[in-house]
Amino acid sequence: MSLVGARVVRKEDPNLLTGRGRFVDDLTLPGMLFAKPVLSTEPHAELAEIDLSAALALPGVHGAYTAQDFSGYPYIPGPEDLQRPVLADGKVQFVGEPVAFVLADDRYIAADAAELVQVRYRRLPAVASVEQALAEGAPVILDGQESNQIHTVPMLDDLERELQASALRASLRLVNNRCAPVPIEPVACLADWTPDGLTVWATFQAPHHLRNTLSRWLDVPQNRCRVIAPDVGGGFGSKIVWYPELFVVPLLSKWHGRPVKSAMTRSEAMLAMSHGRDQIHDLDVGFERDGRINALRMVVTQNLGAWPDVTGVGLPVLTTWMAAGCYAIPKVSVGYRTVVTNTTPVAAYRGAGRPEAAYAIERVVDLVADVSGVDPSEVRFRNFIPPHAFPYRQKTNNAVVYDSGDFPHALETLLELMDYESLKQEREERRADPTRPLMGIGFSTWLEIAGFGPNGSLEAFGHLASWESAHIRIQPDGTAIVWVGSSPHGQGHETVFAQIASDELGMPFDDIVVRHGDTETVLQGMGTFGSRAVPTAGEAVKNVATRIREKAKLIASHLLEASPLDIIAEAGGFHVIGSPGATVSWADVAWASFQPLSLPENLRIGSLEERICQESPNFSYPSGAYGCVVGVDRDTGRVTVERYIVVDDCGKVINPLLAEGQVHGGVAQGIAQALFEEMSYGDDAHPQRATLEEYLVPTAPDIPPFVAGRIETPTPNNSLGAKGIGESGAVGAPPAVVNAVVDALSHLGVRHLDMPLGPERVWRAMQAAQEGT
Amino acid sequence: VIHELELTVNGTAVRHPVESRLLLVDFLRSEMSLTGTHVGCDTSNCGSCTVLVDGEPVKSCTVLAVQVEGTQVTTIEGLGRPGSLHPVQEGFRQEHGLQCGFCTPGMVMTAVALLSENPDPTDDDVRRALEGNMCRCTGYEMIVRSVRWAAEHPEARGE
Repeated sequence: MSLVGARVVRKEDPNLLTGRGRFVDDLTLPGMLFAKPVLSTEPHAELAEIDLSAALALPGVHGAYTAQDFSGYPYIPGPEDLQRPVLADGKVQFVGEPVAFVLADDRYIAADAAELVQVRYRRLPAVASVEQALAEGAPVILDGQESNQIHTVPMLDDLERELQASALRASLRLVNNRCAPVPIEPVACLADWTPDGLTVWATFQAPHHLRNTLSRWLDVPQNRCRVIAPDVGGGFGSKIVWYPELFVVPLLSKWHGRPVKSAMTRSEAMLAMSHGRDQIHDLDVGFERDGRINALRMVVTQNLGAWPDVTGVGLPVLTTWMAAGCYAIPKVSVGYRTVVTNTTPVAAYRGAGRPEAAYAIERVVDLVADVSGVDPSEVRFRNFIPPHAFPYRQKTNNAVVYDSGDFPHALETLLELMDYESLKQEREERRADPTRPLMGIGFSTWLEIAGFGPNGSLEAFGHLASWESAHIRIQPDGTAIVWVGSSPHGQGHETVFAQIASDELGMPFDDIVVRHGDTETVLQGMGTFGSRAVPTAGEAVKNVATRIREKAKLIASHLLEASPLDIIAEAGGFHVIGSPGATVSWADVAWASFQPLSLPENLRIGSLEERICQESPNFSYPSGAYGCVVGVDRDTGRVTVERYIVVDDCGKVINPLLAEGQVHGGVAQGIAQALFEEMSYGDDAHPQRATLEEYLVPTAPDIPPFVAGRIETPTPNNSLGAKGIGESGAVGAPPAVVNAVVDALSHLGVRHLDMPLGPERVWRAMQAAQEGT
Repeated sequence: VIHELELTVNGTAVRHPVESRLLLVDFLRSEMSLTGTHVGCDTSNCGSCTVLVDGEPVKSCTVLAVQVEGTQVTTIEGLGRPGSLHPVQEGFRQEHGLQCGFCTPGMVMTAVALLSENPDPTDDDVRRALEGNMCRCTGYEMIVRSVRWAAEHPEARGE
């Protein structure tokens, strides 16, 4: 009878499937104006002149604004001493940085007006890459800094002794390509500032975080500052970033006394929304001839883009924390540096720092296999943290204590699902047959850090706290409203949390609604990111529902004149153990809960309402084993993913249908990073893939069907045993693809290729290898 | 220049003044208040704005409103309602073919057009038919299953 663990179709879907979803850009208020940014076309330049006159002269235009109009307001929240002005102030630092906003009757007129804003730039030398940014004599981008290197966290030990003492050693330099998150709904914002206060509808993953920030920035008390995240069309980390419109649009509404909306076009969003990844890894590994790893050294160079973002500066921290993956490596040493360049700011993108770590260690393990001649699956078995070693304090950082896992079991399950032995045979046959595409097999036995997080972890990113809230009210008719602080953008909170509440309350699923995303009705919340919703908010819902059920049992026992100890809650009502006829419904109990004459003495009127702020004792660590089979066309270098098999361990699964969907989506993004996607810049720091014409988001024929398996090692962190699953696929997928492609070409002597593995890159590697032999 | 546009939208005859440059998608969203059709790009790549014009799937961000004069336009709102969902809508619900739901109206309309031409498509047929529609959440596998569900349940009327 338990709904937790059941394949339940979603409560969200009827609205979204009939056009009754409500996304920010679907909303219209009376008298609403439309605001549109003018984006910099230069990567690094002084703003010599911004001429607004032609734009202002256009009929239907209500205003045009530049940095000086916001001089009375602070910079956008960011790392200390590194904050960004709300509009480019005196100079621009990347193509896509807003230099002005125009305000007009509608988006067509606003687009005309934006075209008429004349910006005269005085070009400055620009840096497109970390190499350029760190070169001697490079222009320093940020005022007040001495160089473009912002943070430096050196290794505490270079491990040279251990590396030299190993029988074998190898080095690898990896580029983790810059990706654009591309939620299909770009950023949009609608603000209505009335004498009574401010309401903002925004595409945001953490509405309370935005409310708290806006309230401070605009000096509006929080009880008159309401943020609503209605239906949000995907986020993937790119909707917890402080975009200028979130600050500009409320002020335009205040100044004009009318509602104001802005909605990025995709081409604006490709440049103005944050990018992700963009790290370079320098890796050294020492190991024995049997593949056992002795020592690992990792130095990460993080490209921050033109303005350090709060989550952006956190990315290399998480990468270095997770450097050793699921392996028990005796000596690990990590360090990192961050660098600014004249490119779009880099921030969280699905996995945020952990996909980069998984990619590095999984490429290193394949390198160890290649050099030692031991099978890649066997190298993994020989280095796994054993299942009895949890909790396992990893050598990278004291904060990293793995909660649970069974890595050998996951890989064994994968090998069985993929039939590894016959695949190896097919690989050799195809290699020997010049009429068939080459074949490669790749593994990724990955691990990530999720369930953000224990106290102090989110505070470091400017959040109020790290817990998550749930609040349940039983209505007089015996139905329930559940409010959660974690606000979704596709994850299915309304379904999953109703499943948990249904089990705990003993109330039918259909009698429960889940609400979220409105700071006026939801007590306080942190948001949805870092694979945190189920381990934090799910646990909160469970615990708050338990409290309500226990109070409801007191009322039921009073109504039934039985001892509370003899009452059980199930199937929509309350029964006395051993006397089947003695039953009251949830409606009976709920009705009575509001009637003083029906209550036991120790309960107050309306007491079937509870709220909780649920803390977490530790992060959770979802893991898995992914296998990828690729075909490589011998003439064109084109890679085809022929099979993709996933074995996940997210601990307890609440809804297998939704869990599978999360994994598929993440794996697709990971395959896309490995094969198609790269936000690249020319040497002049101009973006080369500024629209979806050039930036290759895959569609259905580009992504293979998935074979899904699962193992389950519950986390001890919460009573559900759930670890979180939102980012798993994106973390685990890229190394399996790249390992497979390198495997397909290994007989040619190819040892490594950087993502994305488009046909040209693969073809060139094949040509170079064949010329070399 | 203002044109008097005459067409049929979701079965209802409409006569409405439009500017020459007004895109069909903005006509539907702003003038007809049919906000189920979404805009995910400005280069005709994402397909979120797909509607049916005389039964053919069309990216409504790439068509001027005046170009559909005299046609029958069907949007997601004209397909099925809660209580009587179209089999494709119900298929997406049953097989979890949507997450955030932003691309979904375009996906559904494209799938409806596919099934009217080919009522029993293979998985590969489905993937090829949907190649003009981007989804960033699902990884497509469950969309393929959703369309197959609809093909197998042509008489279904969902909740």
